[in-house]
Amino acid sequence: MSNTLTPVLSGRADSPRLAWVLKRPELGVGGLAVVAMVVIGSINPAFWDAANLFSLLRANVITGILALGVMIVMLSGGIDVSFPAFAIAAMYLTIKGMIALGYDGVVLPFAVATMIGLLLGLINGLFVYGLRMIPLIVTLGTGTAVRGLLLGAVGSSQINIDRMPPALIGFGRLEFLRSVGGGNGLSTMVVLYAALAVMVHLMLRHTLIGRSIFALGGSEEAARRAGFNVRTTIFFIYGMAGALAGCTGLLHGSMIWVANPRDMVGIELDVIAAVVLGGTSIFGGRGSVMGTMLGVFTLVLLTNSLIIMHIDTTWQRIVTGSIVILAAAATSWRDRRIAA
Amino acid sequence: MTATPARRMLALRPRRVDPALVQMAALAVVVFILMASLNPQRFLRPYVFDSITYMAPELGLLSIAMMLTMLSGGIDLSVIGLANLAGILAGLFFHATAGASGPDLRHAGAAVLCGGIGIAVTAGIVGGAINGLLITRARVTPILATIGSGQIFTGIALVLTGGPAIVGFPGAWSAIGNGRVLGVAAPLVIFIVIAGTIGGLLTRTPFGLSLKLIGTNTRAATFSGLRTGRTVLLSYILSGTLAATAGILLSARTNAAKSDYGISYLLQAVLIAVLGGTNPAGGRGSVWGVTLALFALMLLSSGLQLMRFSNFLVDFIWGAFLLLSIALNALRQRRR
Repeated sequence: MSNTLTPVLSGRADSPRLAWVLKRPELGVGGLAVVAMVVIGSINPAFWDAANLFSLLRANVITGILALGVMIVMLSGGIDVSFPAFAIAAMYLTIKGMIALGYDGVVLPFAVATMIGLLLGLINGLFVYGLRMIPLIVTLGTGTAVRGLLLGAVGSSQINIDRMPPALIGFGRLEFLRSVGGGNGLSTMVVLYAALAVMVHLMLRHTLIGRSIFALGGSEEAARRAGFNVRTTIFFIYGMAGALAGCTGLLHGSMIWVANPRDMVGIELDVIAAVVLGGTSIFGGRGSVMGTMLGVFTLVLLTNSLIIMHIDTTWQRIVTGSIVILAAAATSWRDRRIAA
Repeated sequence: MTATPARRMLALRPRRVDPALVQMAALAVVVFILMASLNPQRFLRPYVFDSITYMAPELGLLSIAMMLTMLSGGIDLSVIGLANLAGILAGLFFHATAGASGPDLRHAGAAVLCGGIGIAVTAGIVGGAINGLLITRARVTPILATIGSGQIFTGIALVLTGGPAIVGFPGAWSAIGNGRVLGVAAPLVIFIVIAGTIGGLLTRTPFGLSLKLIGTNTRAATFSGLRTGRTVLLSYILSGTLAATAGILLSARTNAAKSDYGISYLLQAVLIAVLGGTNPAGGRGSVWGVTLALFALMLLSSGLQLMRFSNFLVDFIWGAFLLLSIALNALRQRRR
């Protein structure tokens, strides 16, 4: 993040140029992404192959949509670590149901998975709003409970490709630009991700509920006095994060052709790292869809390129951890600068 | 917000018995009676309680670490990573000085043993100090700082070992985890000593009082002249040291250290801290509460295991218990 900020570091906090840059974290993370791409590309030119770029973009989809949900929660000043469990529960229940009923299709299952995620998300909302409990503790509890109930009561064995509904797999395999990639096209799911991102962006910037999320992140009391309905907003936030997670879970299953109830353990760390890298402040009130998408892109770029750069994959956790800390420190520094 | 610091300090003095403590003690008794009546022939056997005295201390130390950081309104999500890293560093030290196996390792002397303990505890102090500095100097929120540092600790452990567990510790090391002192399990003795020290630190020293004040109202604590930075830093160093000690007990008991041991301990440590009357928003918490909660939950978990509950359902019960205890706390506060 520092590379684009360095020229203005010497500027005073009240200089308009610095303030302009500080309020646009997209510039920092975007610059980081460009630098990383140039460096990785010069170490191994195979990076620039269309096939590699396509698979990189495909790898953005799942983390990206989950990150949109986490970003909404963090904009309001909360945090969510339950979404991987919700995503997997929605996926596994939906696919189990489809197999039990002999149903095959795409639209209805995705609607069901989204509904499951929404309901689970509303439970988070109930605890956070109704019982005034810290979101981290609530989501730690709901996530563990949902995962435990899924594995203990529904099933712990994975559903392999031979039993997966064919229409779902067919949907996950859709791709385009096949002529460019030399056989492997760009996954159509990237378009779905972009569409969801535009939707969330419009919701945040141009609707009343979007403004109330930012207001809540700034200060709950201020939001209340300004006339925003805090209860509706909190239920909306956690419901939306759950719905996005549920939808992503089924998408994940259809993209890897396997429904594994033990999947996605620990993915919350990658997603939170990406959101923080994208400039979203955990104190709430600051962040953007563009920044989050760039954060996801950069994180996936760095972790996926370890192999291409001949670095052992055991280093992946150290990279992710360092990103969380550095990005959070930079965001905190920025917030203090803006406030100063 | 107008109360003077002195008045706040008075208000923090224990007046009557904490209702959270009573609730916890009652829960422990209920769990005990429930398990004993559901399954008397298997539950009421000495070895059940004996095994608790060996298993509980490592989780107890992690829970106390969690409570310490919650007192100032923070949290330490890196405890598991740090515990495993400490165990692995000690194991690597033993293998480097006395060989990866054989009689040299089994009969490693006191000097080697102290070296291992020193390395593990140092790792805890350094790791905790990194967390504390990130939080107090770089102003990173505790959640993100410790999520990130936890990843780094686990990552270092993974890079050092390449993935598989480090197996084989000196005989004296496993005595720490499996031995007896005057007929009592050695880990339990260690736990009692450490819990007593931390309890005294929290209730009888300026450090403990200012930590709770910071958690109650950071701004008031700063304006009343408390050194908030130093106090919070110290609490994270303590938390890291406790985590490393838990790592020593874990590797000593199992004779192995691995980068991803005990992941489920994280939720359990949070649960025990919260259940023990700690306010995760800061200001309230005690070693007694945590110890009682630990005891109740260990009874519950061994009872469920004896009834052949699947581990997954036990996880579900932990999660549900956490949510239930939140709901109870909220209701109790509302009635006041």
